[in-house]
Amino acid sequence: MAEKQNSDKKSHWLDKENNVKKIIWALCIACSLSIIADLFYHKHTHYAAEDWIPGMYGWYGFIVCVFLVLSAKLLRKILMRKEDYYEEAEDD
Amino acid sequence: MTELPPGLLLIVGAVIVPLIPRVMRNAYMLALPVIGFWGLLIIPEGVHFSFDIFGYTLSPVRVDGLSLLFGYIFHIAAAISIIFAFHIKDTAQQMAGLIYAGAAIGGAFAGDLISLFVYWEGTAIASVFLIWSSRTDAAYRTGMRYLIIQVGSGVLLLAGAIIHFKEAGSLDFTKMGLTGLGPALIFIAFGIKAAFPLLHNWLQDAYPEATITGTVFLSAFTTKLAIYALARGFPGTEMLIWIGAAMTAFPIFYAVIENNLRRVLAYSLNSQLGFMVVGIGIGTELALNGTAAHAFSSVLYKALLFMSMGAVLYRTGTVNWSELGGLYKSMPYTAGFCIVGAASISAFPLFSGFISKSLIIAAAAEEGHWIVWLMLLFASAGVLHHSGIKIPYFAFFQHDSGMRPKEAPKNMLIAMGLAAFLCIAVGIYPAPLYAILPFQTNFVPYTTTHVVTQLQLLLFSALAFTYLIKTGLYPPALKSRNLDFDWIYRRLLPHLLKIFARTLVSADRKARAIFIDRIDKIIAGVFRHHGPEGMLARTWPTGSTVLWVAVLLAIYMVVYFI
Repeated sequence: MAEKQNSDKKSHWLDKENNVKKIIWALCIACSLSIIADLFYHKHTHYAAEDWIPGMYGWYGFIVCVFLVLSAKLLRKILMRKEDYYEEAEDD
Repeated sequence: MTELPPGLLLIVGAVIVPLIPRVMRNAYMLALPVIGFWGLLIIPEGVHFSFDIFGYTLSPVRVDGLSLLFGYIFHIAAAISIIFAFHIKDTAQQMAGLIYAGAAIGGAFAGDLISLFVYWEGTAIASVFLIWSSRTDAAYRTGMRYLIIQVGSGVLLLAGAIIHFKEAGSLDFTKMGLTGLGPALIFIAFGIKAAFPLLHNWLQDAYPEATITGTVFLSAFTTKLAIYALARGFPGTEMLIWIGAAMTAFPIFYAVIENNLRRVLAYSLNSQLGFMVVGIGIGTELALNGTAAHAFSSVLYKALLFMSMGAVLYRTGTVNWSELGGLYKSMPYTAGFCIVGAASISAFPLFSGFISKSLIIAAAAEEGHWIVWLMLLFASAGVLHHSGIKIPYFAFFQHDSGMRPKEAPKNMLIAMGLAAFLCIAVGIYPAPLYAILPFQTNFVPYTTTHVVTQLQLLLFSALAFTYLIKTGLYPPALKSRNLDFDWIYRRLLPHLLKIFARTLVSADRKARAIFIDRIDKIIAGVFRHHGPEGMLARTWPTGSTVLWVAVLLAIYMVVYFI
């Protein structure tokens, strides 16, 4: 289906390794800023942990995401089958 | 007459679609939800068109804040889905889409359980044609499973309604709570369509098999009608908090490893429904407003995401993670719209998810459900992975797949553009949406605390993604199928049935063998005595007969004298 177009020859901004690095750096800076921002305003919170730990949402987000992806990866060992797993059974 | 039963226009309008010439058909179909929407603006609140039948009072149209909100978003979703399907020439699909949307709208306004049942089954029967229209064997089988489950939900609803009528003496569809067998059956019926955990697989089974345009319709109506029904019938039912929390969390593990990106979206839709179910379970005004608002915004961003993946499927013939990549180079608009949908579902500030999901999370925190609150935050961070980043990144960026498909057709771009516009508009200016919520609210989503904490959550989740990709820990794309609960009825039960049938057949064979053996022996015995060589089959001379008669007579006389 893929149709070649003249855009194929055009170089894209994201094709350059350097620019991808720039994005990652920007993300790191944004993360730091979001933590630093915690120091400059009065937080309206429901739970004590939100006050104790600066950037609690950030740490929590990072940890649960790593947990989510790695445990999902482990689940593959139990759950993963061939792509046509059900089709074989149903064709019987 | 100024008022029209909501939804009926789309259903009746669908019936005459085949009579409309093709050049006018798109305009005609689009006009139906537009006029229907206008009808909602002028219909007064209250109960309309009530009538008595066999001693029951039915009220097919009941207009209040909650029904209106779902009515509005269903009309908008119908209009967007119709534009997205402008290129379709298949009359059956066109009719199915309209009837399906009309039935869902009607259901949201049903004032009694019997009317609700009629619309409930209407959505089931109309929508299955959007799956069958794929015209593949797999879609046919999926459609059959889907239909059985959906119609089964309707049967439970009807049974529950009848029992509820005997118990409570009323068919009115109002708040009932889990107060007896009737409401319990109705609860399960709603739970099936809302894709509760373990009742959910029809969704992940059906949505990826439906047609490109059909999935956009499907994503909007069935599950949201169920959310509406739960919010109407079971607000404040505590069990729903836990069901909902489980629903937000477990589908996202599947979403992370699933290969078919439309199925990823189905899992993430399931997780989003969990947020709404939690809101219903908490049942405070803030929480129920949150559920209504989140249903509204999720219809938009989910339709947008399914449209963008539909456009990819339309142009490349696949939506598999393992085959895509680099499409932004030739489909930049679709990529852009997909990113808007991704940002909305991830609840970035200025996008629709942010101003709706936060009501539910705030309600959970306010009511002191801290475990649930942590689970909701987990799902909020997770959604960035499986929908916010995975969908746009692996389809449009990552490594270059070499595919250079054309940009999506104009009608698809317009539909995606409309949905994207609404996602951003609602995100930036939520006041009109807040104004139509079922309860008055003065909730302010854009506080410094909320914006900063949400950005922390999302930015660090994105950082986690970057970390996992850069270190190679992120699971690779694999052509695969992951077992879910549907394995029970697609593999285990058929397998057990086969074993059962096999043992039955062999037992039957043995029983027959023994029986036949007996008959053989009897026949052999009879043959021995009566056969050509048999004692009893000999021809005896008359003399011996006379002798035997004499013997019998003698015995008779002896017996007589004794």
